[in-house]
Amino acid sequence: MGSRSSHAALIPDEDSLRRETGFSQASLLRLYHRFRALDTNKKGYLSRMDLQQIGALAVNPLGDRIIDSFFPDGSLQVDFPDFVRVLAHFRPADDEDAGLRDPREPEPLNSRMNKLRFAFQLYDLDRDGKISRHEMLQVLRLMVGVQVTEEQLESIAERTVQEADEDGDGAVSFLEFAKEEEENGSGRQLVVSTTVCLKTQLPGRFLVMVISVWNYWKLLGIITTTAFIILL
Amino acid sequence: MEGTELAGKILSTWLTLVLGLILLPSAFGVSLGISEIYMKILVKTLEWATIRIEKGVPKESVKNSASVGIIQRDESPMEKGLSGLRGRDFELSDVFYFSKKGLEAIVEDEVTQRFSSEELVSWNLLTRTNINFQYISLRLTMVWVLGVIVRYCVLLPLRVTLAFIGISLLVMGTTLVGQLPDSSLKSWLSELVHLTCCRICVRSLSGTIHYHNKQYRPQKGGICVANHTSPIDVFILTTDGCYAMVGQVQGGLMGIIQRAIVKACPHVWFERSEMKDRHLVTKRLKEHIADRKKLPILIFPEGTCINNTSVMMFKKGSFEIGGTIHPVAIKYNPQFGDAFWNSSKYNMVSYLLRVMTSWAIVCDVWYLPPMTREEGEDAAQFANRVKSAIAVQGGLTELPWDGGLKRGKVKDAFREEQQKNYSNMIVGNGSLNSESN
Repeated sequence: MGSRSSHAALIPDEDSLRRETGFSQASLLRLYHRFRALDTNKKGYLSRMDLQQIGALAVNPLGDRIIDSFFPDGSLQVDFPDFVRVLAHFRPADDEDAGLRDPREPEPLNSRMNKLRFAFQLYDLDRDGKISRHEMLQVLRLMVGVQVTEEQLESIAERTVQEADEDGDGAVSFLEFAKEEEENGSGRQLVVSTTVCLKTQLPGRFLVMVISVWNYWKLLGIITTTAFIILL
Repeated sequence: MEGTELAGKILSTWLTLVLGLILLPSAFGVSLGISEIYMKILVKTLEWATIRIEKGVPKESVKNSASVGIIQRDESPMEKGLSGLRGRDFELSDVFYFSKKGLEAIVEDEVTQRFSSEELVSWNLLTRTNINFQYISLRLTMVWVLGVIVRYCVLLPLRVTLAFIGISLLVMGTTLVGQLPDSSLKSWLSELVHLTCCRICVRSLSGTIHYHNKQYRPQKGGICVANHTSPIDVFILTTDGCYAMVGQVQGGLMGIIQRAIVKACPHVWFERSEMKDRHLVTKRLKEHIADRKKLPILIFPEGTCINNTSVMMFKKGSFEIGGTIHPVAIKYNPQFGDAFWNSSKYNMVSYLLRVMTSWAIVCDVWYLPPMTREEGEDAAQFANRVKSAIAVQGGLTELPWDGGLKRGKVKDAFREEQQKNYSNMIVGNGSLNSESN
C-alpha cells in the first residue's frame, strides 16, 4: 500500500553524488523518483526502451542521439548515478569566479566546457574527437528528416565545416567547436533550470516517527475489518 | 459464552443500524443527511488544517506552489528557441535546442506525469499525500492521529461491510430478476436492483456526487462516453441511471458479477479473442444500439486510467459505431481522497483499501448535450471534438498523446512535424543564402 517515502536514505552514495553533480538533496530525491518511475519492471537500471517510452523524447528529432549519450561505450544499462551525471550537465552554471575554484578538483559537470562537450558528443558518433563532414550530415539528416534534398544538406554541411575549421583538416575538433560557440555565446542555452528546491521539504523527525507507527495502525484496521467479516 | 453473546448483540444492533440508516434509504433513493453532516465537519477540519499549515510555513514556499511541474519550461516555439529570425542558416548550436527539449522530457514529461496521483496544494491530513509538508505543530499532529483512528477503525469496517452487502445484493438480485421472462416488469426490476446496489456501493466509499445538467442524461439507444480515472467511475455513473457495460470477460469475482448482471439486462461482454476483431466488436455494438429498448452503452475511449488532471487521446473505434454520443465529464476533488488507480503500482485490492481509507470521494458529473458525427468529419476528428468538449467542461487539460503510450511506441507523424518545422527555418530562405555566397 506504500505511500511515497521521502527519505533521502533511499539513494545509494547520496553524499558523494551530491558533491559530484551539485544537485541539492531535494532535487536529487525528485530525480530519483523520476528514475524509479521510468524504470518499468523495477530492474534498478534504465534500458534504451525505458527512455524511448517517453513520448516527447521519441518525437524529438535528436531523440535517439540524446538517448545514446546515456549509454556510452556500447553499454546497455544506465544506473542512477550515471543518469544523474548526464542530467547534471544541464544544471544552470554556477556564477562563481573561476579563479576561486580549487584547480585540483575536477571541473563541475555543469561548467560551460562540459556543457559544450556534451553537445559535441551528440555530433561525434565515433568519438574520435572530431566532427567530420559525414557526421555533420548525419545529424542534419536527423533534424530535417525527408524535407530537404541531399544536395542542399551537403552544401550546408560543407559550409558549416569550412566556417568552423581552422587547421584545415576538413573536420571540426572540440576546440574549434568551442571557439565557434564562444563567438556566438550560445552555451547558455544548455540549461534546464529546476524549481525543485523551492517545493520539497523533508518531514520533521517527529512526523517520521509517527509515520512508522502508522504502519501498525494500518495493520490494526485490517485486523478489525477481517474480524467483523468473519463474525458476519 | 458471555463474550460471544455480547459480540453477537453488538453486531446485531450495528447491523440493524446499518440497515435502517443506509440500506433502506438507498433503495428508495432518499438521503438521510448523515453524509452531508460528515462532509461539513470534514471541510471545516481541512480548512482549519490549511490555515495552520500556512501560518507555520515560511513565506517563500507558499508563493511557488503554483507551478505545475518541477522544472521551469521555456515554452517558446522553435523559432524563438533557436534564437534567430526565420530563414537563418544552420548553425552548430542548433543542436542545443533539441537536446534541451529532450532533456526536459527526460526529467519530466507530460504523459508520465498523468499516471501518478495529482499533488495537492495543501495537505489533507492523509499521510499518503504528505510528500511536501513538514511538521508544523502538535495540535495538527493530534488532529491527524485522530483522523487516522477515525478512518481505520470506524470508517473502514463500515465501508467494507457495506461494499460486501452491496456486491452480494447485486449478484443475488440480478440472478433472481434474471429468472423472470422478458417484460417491462423485468427491466423495471433490474433497474431498481442496479440502482440500489450501486448506491450502496457508492455509500461504501462515502461518495458525494453532484450531477449537473440532468436534462442531458444519456437516453436509450445512445452511447455514453466519459473520461476514465478508475473503476469507480462505473458506479458513480450508474447511481443516476442504468447503462449497458462493455468489456472483456474476466475471471474471479469480476467474472461472477459480470455473469450475474448480464442475466438481468443485456450488457455486452466480449471474450479476449473477440476483442482483437474490431469488426465483430463494432457489429455487436451496432446491433445493441439499434434496439431502442436497450440501455445506452457506456464506453471509456481513453482505454486506460488517467489521473484526472487531463484527457488523453480518445480511441476512434468507439466513434465509428454511429448513433448519438452523449459525453459525460467526471471530475474528482482530490482534497478528500484520490480516486486514481495506478494499475502498475497497486493491484485492485490495495487500491480499494486506499480508497476506503480516504476521507471521501467527492466528484462532479456533468452531462453534456448529445453530439453526432457531422458530414465530412472522420472518426478521429469527431473523437477530438468530443474530447475537447469534455475537457472544457471538466476543467481538464487536453493532451494529444495516447494513454496507451505507456505500453507502446509513438507514431512517427509527430516527429516529422518537428522536422518539417525545422527545415522550413533553415532552408526556407536557403536559396537566397546560397546565392549571396
